[in-house]
Amino acid sequence: MNPMNYIYLSCILFSLGAAGVLLRRNAIVVFMCIELMLNAANLAFVTFSRMNGTLDGQIVAFFTMVVAACEVVVGLAIIVTIYRSRRSASVDDARLLRL
Amino acid sequence: MSLGTSDTLVYLIAIPLFSSAFLLLGGRALDRVGHLIGTAASASSFVVALIELNKMLAREAESRGVTQHLFTWINVGSFQVDATLLLDQLSICFVLLITGVGTLIHIYSISYMAHDIDRRRFFAFLNLFIAAMLLLVLGNSYLNLYVGWEGVGLASYLLIGFWNQKPTYATAAKKAFVANRVGDVGLSLAVMIAFVQFGSVTFDGVAKGIAAGSASSTALNAMGAAILLAAVGKSAQFPLQAWLGDAMAGPTPVSALIHAATMVTAGVYLISRSNFVFDNAPTAQLLVVIVGAVTLLFGAVIGMAKDDIKKALAASTMSQIGYMILATGLGPAGYAFAMMHLLTHGFFKAGMFLGAGSVMHGMNDEVDMRKYGALRKVMPITFATFGLGYLAIIGIPPFAGFYSKDKIIETAFNAGGSKGIILGCVTLLGAAITAFYMTRVMLMTFFGTKRWDAAAHPHESPWLMTVPMILLAIGSITTGFIFSNGDRLKNFLAPVVDKDHHEHETELLAPIVVTGLAMFAVAIGISIAFAKYGRKTIPASAPTDVTMWTKVARRDLLQDDFNESVFMRPGQSLTRVLAFLDKRVVDGAVSGVGAMTLRLAGDLRKTQTGYVRSYALLILLGTVAILTAILVVTL
Repeated sequence: MNPMNYIYLSCILFSLGAAGVLLRRNAIVVFMCIELMLNAANLAFVTFSRMNGTLDGQIVAFFTMVVAACEVVVGLAIIVTIYRSRRSASVDDARLLRL
Repeated sequence: MSLGTSDTLVYLIAIPLFSSAFLLLGGRALDRVGHLIGTAASASSFVVALIELNKMLAREAESRGVTQHLFTWINVGSFQVDATLLLDQLSICFVLLITGVGTLIHIYSISYMAHDIDRRRFFAFLNLFIAAMLLLVLGNSYLNLYVGWEGVGLASYLLIGFWNQKPTYATAAKKAFVANRVGDVGLSLAVMIAFVQFGSVTFDGVAKGIAAGSASSTALNAMGAAILLAAVGKSAQFPLQAWLGDAMAGPTPVSALIHAATMVTAGVYLISRSNFVFDNAPTAQLLVVIVGAVTLLFGAVIGMAKDDIKKALAASTMSQIGYMILATGLGPAGYAFAMMHLLTHGFFKAGMFLGAGSVMHGMNDEVDMRKYGALRKVMPITFATFGLGYLAIIGIPPFAGFYSKDKIIETAFNAGGSKGIILGCVTLLGAAITAFYMTRVMLMTFFGTKRWDAAAHPHESPWLMTVPMILLAIGSITTGFIFSNGDRLKNFLAPVVDKDHHEHETELLAPIVVTGLAMFAVAIGISIAFAKYGRKTIPASAPTDVTMWTKVARRDLLQDDFNESVFMRPGQSLTRVLAFLDKRVVDGAVSGVGAMTLRLAGDLRKTQTGYVRSYALLILLGTVAILTAILVVTL
């Protein structure tokens, strides 16, 4: 199978994720879309690793997963806290940090 | 000529200086004795001066000067200025005049200022003046002189504006201060030229430098002109004369001491002291003569038109100092006569000012002579002393002014060539005008009919005021004869101002002819004044249907109009333009940068919406833009 197909898939997934981040308001959905983008990037890494016959890309993919896991911990905690105080998980509602 | 040293010169200055500081710092506790302390300080200084004179006369004529080294003031590389006092024949004349007349005026002021709540401050300032003036005449270098020069300027400012609760008086003080500053530029230039040309600013060093020929004639003329500028400012000579009339705002004793007898003659001292410069700078010397001649007539013409007794006397002072300046411009032949006129003038003019003060004292501070008249009966002592001063100033023999003024006229005629004839005629004309306006003052004040205000009850002044007037009147009678008998003052001063013993040039007119001419001029002046003011009754207010010339003379020959239109208004316009440029251009640039930053920040701030998704979009767009750029560059 042509490895370029995985790259195309990665591009589609990343675009879906980016579109979701920009378009959806629910913080949980936005969060999942971010995960989607991360995994799209992971897929690209792994594919390039395969195409080049080196392990660098796969190692980076592991790092990405670790970072993503940490991010989930912090991110979900923030979302839950915001939800508790504001009774809303919409990212557009939480816009106090502005001038 | 080696100079001896003395340990006592410093007391001359120190006593009044400490007294001044004591009175100023002592506060109200000293109000009751302040005037006594001030007078005692001045009198002590006079006693020291007499002792110094006694010691001086005991020495040989060539080694009469003494110095006292106080401390090293400036010591930079090869340039060294010592604070050293020098008392020689020229200085001692001034020292005696300052402390002697000064003490009399202190005594007079005790009574004159008796009802002023600030009498202590007045005496502190008078003592400050005495100290500064003594430093001026005792400094052995131009720089030391400069300190005293500024000191008397300060004292003059403080005393003219002594009643500064009146805005016009404060303005008069400021005017005097500003005019003096203009002149001071000249003195500082002279100091710089001396330093550059001779590497020394002491009188001795400059004289030696000139004798060694280390300066070009251009430099000497420039230095002479700078010194003349300084003298013009301090001595109220043309064209910086405008301040003297307004300076009469000060209390009358101040007018007598500072603006008649001593400070305004500092210019004459400076030129006489710098005789070694002017004797080698013919152009500058010619300028001195011109300034003297112009001022002599200028002051005299103003004096004719003034109804304010103090301003008439001030104009007269200006004119008489014109005589002195003219005499100093005539070279070695003139210095001694300038000094003689200075000393006699110090007596008779101070006496007349004190007389004017006495009249004002009796007339509720009225200064308009048109409101006087017939005062000789109620103020006999004032009349007598003022009259003796009057006879002295117009040059009636044997009073003091006759000897000194006659010598100046004679020397002017002997200046040689057409210059001599012109100067001689100018001085004669000046003598005639002097006789006219002084006779006018006498007639308007002491003769004629009563034109007093209803509230005026003129009375003779107390003895504290009349005694100094009497002593000064005695000086007005005797000093001329004492100084000129056997050329005493001339020979006394010769080692300082006439070292080479110049022989007199050929005489244009015999002395007796000059005296005759001068007497004739004075007689004309007196008779015109008598015809105009003695026979007719004097209107109580100044006539308005007068010729244009009289109006111009009443306006001080337009001196203020000239200064205002040529210097003041353009100066004000210039400052306005500069202020505008500062506000709009300089400040505009600075605050423009600030305003621009603010506005930019205000615009950029609008991107901070608080919406996470818009930030995300911006990040995406940024990333896309960067990637596109990289692609474009690499492809």
